[in-house]
Amino acid sequence: MRSCVRSSRALSPAVLPRLLSDTGCWGPRSDRRGLWNSPRSFTTATETQPTPLPGQARVVICGGGIVGTSVAYHLAKLGWTEIVLLEQGRLGAGTTRLCAGIVSVAKSISIESKMAHYSNALYERLEEETGVKTGFVKTGSLCLAQNQDRFLSLKRLASRLKVIGINCNVIKPKEVTKLHPLVNIHDLVGALHLPGDGVVSPPDVNHALAVAAANHGVQIHERTSVNHVLVEKGHVTAVETDRGPIECEFFVNCAGQWAYELGQASEVKVSVPLHGCEHFYLLTKPLQEPLQPNTPVVMDMDGRIYVRAWQGGILSGGFEKNPKPIFTEGRNQLDFQNMQEDWDHFEPMLSALLRRMPSLDSCEIHQLVNCPESFTPDMRCLMGETPGVHGYFVLAGMNSSGLSFAGGAGKYLAEWMTYGYPSDNVWPLDIKRFGNLQSSRTFLRHRVMEVMPLLYELKVPRWDFQTGRQLRTSPLYDRLDTQGARWMEKHGFERAKYFVPPGKDLLALDQSKTFYKPDWFDIVGAEVKCCKEAVCVIDMSSFTKFELTSSGDQALELLQHLCANDLDVPVGHIVHTGMLNERGGYENDCSVVRLSKNSFFIISPTDQQVHCWSWIKKHMPNDPHLHLEDVSWKYTALNLIGPRAMDVLSELSYVSMTPEHFPSLFCKEMSVGYANGIRVMSMTHTGEPGFMLYIPIEYALHVYNEVMSVGQKYGIRNAGYYALRSLRIEKFFAFWGQDLDSFTTPLECGREFRVKFDKDTDFLGRDALLRQRQEGVTRRFIMLVLEDHDTELDLWPWWGEPIYRNGELAGVTTSSAYSYTLERHVCLGFVSPPSLDGTPAVVTPDFINRGDYEVDIAGQRFPAKAKLYPFSSLFTQQRRRKDDMELSNFQAK
Amino acid sequence: MSPQIIHHLQHKCTFYKWKPLRKGFWTQNKNLRQCCVSTSLLCPSVIRYPTTTVYSRRNYRSSHNTSPLSISQINHILKANEYNFKVSGYDGRYSGSVIGFDSNLLASNSPVEDRRSAATCLHSRGMLFGVFDGHVGSACVQAVSERLFYYIALSLLPVKTLLDIEEAVENERPVFPVLQWHKHPNDYFSTDAGKLYFSSLRTYWQERIDLHEDEDGDVQTALINAFKRLDNDISLEAQVEFGDPFSHLASLKVALSGCTACVAHVDGDDLHVANLGDSRAVMGIQEDDGTWSALTITNDHNAQNPDEVQRVLSEHPATEHKTLVKHDRLLGLLMPFRAFGDIKFKWSSELLNRVYETRPEILSGNEYAKILPPNYHTPPYLIAEPEVTYHKLRPQDKFLILATDGLWDLMHRQTVVQVIGEHLSGIHWQKPIAALNFSLGQMHRLLQERKSRALTALEDENCATHLIRHALGSDGFGSIEPKRLAKMLSLPRDLARMYRDDITVIVVHLNNPSM
Repeated sequence: MRSCVRSSRALSPAVLPRLLSDTGCWGPRSDRRGLWNSPRSFTTATETQPTPLPGQARVVICGGGIVGTSVAYHLAKLGWTEIVLLEQGRLGAGTTRLCAGIVSVAKSISIESKMAHYSNALYERLEEETGVKTGFVKTGSLCLAQNQDRFLSLKRLASRLKVIGINCNVIKPKEVTKLHPLVNIHDLVGALHLPGDGVVSPPDVNHALAVAAANHGVQIHERTSVNHVLVEKGHVTAVETDRGPIECEFFVNCAGQWAYELGQASEVKVSVPLHGCEHFYLLTKPLQEPLQPNTPVVMDMDGRIYVRAWQGGILSGGFEKNPKPIFTEGRNQLDFQNMQEDWDHFEPMLSALLRRMPSLDSCEIHQLVNCPESFTPDMRCLMGETPGVHGYFVLAGMNSSGLSFAGGAGKYLAEWMTYGYPSDNVWPLDIKRFGNLQSSRTFLRHRVMEVMPLLYELKVPRWDFQTGRQLRTSPLYDRLDTQGARWMEKHGFERAKYFVPPGKDLLALDQSKTFYKPDWFDIVGAEVKCCKEAVCVIDMSSFTKFELTSSGDQALELLQHLCANDLDVPVGHIVHTGMLNERGGYENDCSVVRLSKNSFFIISPTDQQVHCWSWIKKHMPNDPHLHLEDVSWKYTALNLIGPRAMDVLSELSYVSMTPEHFPSLFCKEMSVGYANGIRVMSMTHTGEPGFMLYIPIEYALHVYNEVMSVGQKYGIRNAGYYALRSLRIEKFFAFWGQDLDSFTTPLECGREFRVKFDKDTDFLGRDALLRQRQEGVTRRFIMLVLEDHDTELDLWPWWGEPIYRNGELAGVTTSSAYSYTLERHVCLGFVSPPSLDGTPAVVTPDFINRGDYEVDIAGQRFPAKAKLYPFSSLFTQQRRRKDDMELSNFQAK
Repeated sequence: MSPQIIHHLQHKCTFYKWKPLRKGFWTQNKNLRQCCVSTSLLCPSVIRYPTTTVYSRRNYRSSHNTSPLSISQINHILKANEYNFKVSGYDGRYSGSVIGFDSNLLASNSPVEDRRSAATCLHSRGMLFGVFDGHVGSACVQAVSERLFYYIALSLLPVKTLLDIEEAVENERPVFPVLQWHKHPNDYFSTDAGKLYFSSLRTYWQERIDLHEDEDGDVQTALINAFKRLDNDISLEAQVEFGDPFSHLASLKVALSGCTACVAHVDGDDLHVANLGDSRAVMGIQEDDGTWSALTITNDHNAQNPDEVQRVLSEHPATEHKTLVKHDRLLGLLMPFRAFGDIKFKWSSELLNRVYETRPEILSGNEYAKILPPNYHTPPYLIAEPEVTYHKLRPQDKFLILATDGLWDLMHRQTVVQVIGEHLSGIHWQKPIAALNFSLGQMHRLLQERKSRALTALEDENCATHLIRHALGSDGFGSIEPKRLAKMLSLPRDLARMYRDDITVIVVHLNNPSM
């Protein structure tokens, strides 16, 4: 069992001394168990004294697995020097050593597919670059569909992959037989063929990356563990190892299974929310007629298994329904290598395998491998600089796709460290999407047990996690729950999706899984209608709320610097503004209320809690008189949407709330019912008339009860986020995190009116925006109204669907919703004209207005009408401050 | 005495028996009044159905609810009363035959009319196990389950020890406890009548001291004496009570209801089983070749046992032979032929009539209860003398099962032994298997077999629970059919009694030290 994919032992001697700063001989070691060649032991501690560690370095990378070496490799490629990579045991001796070696682009979001695509190309050329054999074989892969729903999801994946230029084909079951000799196709409805996917020998890739990195001057030290990271004034200063300290500017935590513990061991605790699970795969002896090494990888997600060729036999593993989480505390590498096999646990996967490939019945077993993998709370990896400590980067939690991601993720992280941000939008992977609140061991343990099976689970639009729920709730949670609220979760906060009326029953969770019209359609329709005609209450307490105060005008100065809009407005005004980065892209999209001359109330999207905080902190001068406070937990936010909202409020406050007395985008502190000091803001984040109430939590129940009882005669009812979403999308409101990201500028989404180039202060991103204004935008946020789309019978759009213009790929959607007013589906998305001679072309009005647009939903194209502005008829007449229209929203998908 | 039981007695019960499974008559469980027509096919001659539905406003777990019970709900119900005890011995030196026992009780009647008891005799270190099946309410079965073991323990004690106890009680010094109970928290012992019970018990040992009864550990006699004495005391207490116009009639209710008992006494490799009624003790034997077989230790005391019928007939004049056993029941009414309590079958008709005359309130509204059993000429018709069987434990005797007829109605004794035997040896099945040159297909079949067994085995560490699961959910081929199990457990209380009686099981694990 020593080795499977034969790899080169002929590591060029010239490389050795540089690579092996520890020197020593790396003769063959007898290895008890392990799939691949035992990691090359460069150091045999007993034989030679390890070379001493350097006293200082620029970067210290902890973790010598595929991820750590990839980061080292890419940093070195980008010209970094003084890089030290530390490995507690031997290179690639953790998960890397045991992983199955499949590189596939079939991932659930585009950024992941891109990373895998890059990794594939990297591994392919690595052998040439380093002379180390990597076992790379371009086998292609087959994703099988046993039912129509799965087939739809594969077709959606195919559409998405085409957008990023990855070749793939949707094929019939018969064609599967031609590609793979063993697959039983009788229960298949179709498959997706990805010809570019490949297999490698992970430890060899690991080794090759290490060799290449060493060639670029990276120092690699094995048998060196990091004890903790020293931090001074919020910056990484040094790393304390078991062999002494190393001073450094940057630290990268690529410790895989151990990343969580390592984060906790830092002087300032760093939250790396991941948790290990056991993962099993089977190796067989060669088949009678040995399987060719270039046989495609098979992914039978309905059977929860994957199968690849391995030494003439097969390697097959899966993601079972009942995973076994493991604790890493106090366990070292060796313990992981000796995880117990569990045949009974593997039984369902073996059944699925024999069902898929019945001819394997007589094939002999070689081994069952238990390979621990780490999983994160949302199935995405953790990347980027930690919010609390500058210079502390993380790349971990690969959700069992470490090999597929390592190349691309290493590249992005290296770019991030070099240029301040990667070359693509990696917000879905940014570790700042999590905070300390996801750090509980119990939470992680429960959540990863859901996440691991979810990898192969059929995912339909708007699925929610079921575990680790009810962590953060509004004080009204119980009230809303008894009134039929159905909940979703964002950043740990429970938010109502919609309210099931009494007596009405929705389908069970499993049955309601659909790519078509969902069962809540009429319920949300009724809520939207109520918002349009009467008044609705939506609990929006999950918003991130900051207060920025200062003794002088430091607060204003800071905000003028951070925000594109002009914040020097009279007290009581609300300003919708983006916080832009140097490139003019949105780091945050928020509403800022000037509470007094020197204090501001900043309302940001829920998942901005960590990111926005660290963005402001990063640019905040060290001034004791300037104070930023997170007051998210202090206020309950109720959104009163609808034409009768003002009647309800005026009855509760004895103050006239008509637009004459309370124009749009104003904030007043007033009393509602018995409660005084409620911040009432004339905005609803939907473009509908109404008010947001920011209520100190102890008054929340009182105000809610008062609003509901007074509102009764106006037809008040509860509404949820699905109604809000429908309202905002039909009004063409973009939402940060879904439509807007750090690569999108206000000019690209028609928000120039919120950028004040001529305000006194130079703001972040101003130069970039000026340049873009000069040159013209090359992509534009548009609204597409689907035509000839049958809501009852056709597939519903979700997001990520390709947009075609005159038959040519022009862009991709970012969000969509059914507009109950237009009685059509509305998709929002970005389009850009085809580039001319390699230079991106500028978007012209003609490009938008003259062109036949189509949206591709799972391979089927629906004609759509492109628009740059929402239908004006959707806006009820309301007096507004003439220079600003309320166009803000940042609620989640 | 719970108000429910009073209610029972007051209820106009117009039918004797309505279910062939049922041994007790007077099925007065209020929940059973919603009768099911299907039984009429089974015993058309005996049953008359009440026409009105008295109780129907009750939320049943199922019947209207379409979703079946989940596995965890099933387990919750099955395991609610499970109890297991491992004999740890005193500092590991204990080398008795009993390794431990598993017990469980699944109710069908409401309130449940089965009881179980287990205790260690602290003076001898012998262990006592008993299952009790009550009828006509749970008053008698409750009393017997708490009192019988004291009578047995005292019968086994030498007079010298009794003197010590008497002296201690006299001088109000603490008494060294006689029994160590092994009780599930749900096995409540009522304390209302504790004083009365204690004084009866004290009278018993005082009499033993006075008579110098010292049979020197003749367990058989001791068991018989204890049974008879307790039944006698129950009867006496009732007679004393109904003469007292201010009493609450608790004792009378005990005496009017009845119960069977099957008690095992294990000391070293001596096993004595005293049986009274139709519960049963079965020994699980593992042969040299590993197969399991059943050895029935006790005889049932009902119409199915010709010897027992013969005994009954021989105790009464020939003129009564036609009326003694009718419809397989004693006097056409009672299924077990031996029982505690049931004074209606023991007292003279004069005495019984006096009870009805002096204390009509306990019977008010109960037309039937006033009437003596038909053809009631030469009482007593019912005895409380147990049949005691002795069995010397052998190495192949692995476990002893005591269970009420609720189990035996559903499962054959051979199957019972088979299920437990495989369950016990199944523990070895759970050891991880290594793949030694297996083919995928072989491994797959092995794993599937393990799975089908382990699914139930893993769920039940408790043998008694495992047995009940099988009794209710067996698909007839040795595996559990979860749907069937869910159905059996989600029957509304009215209907549950149609399909199953209360089930009580004790599985005593044996390990003969001479092995």
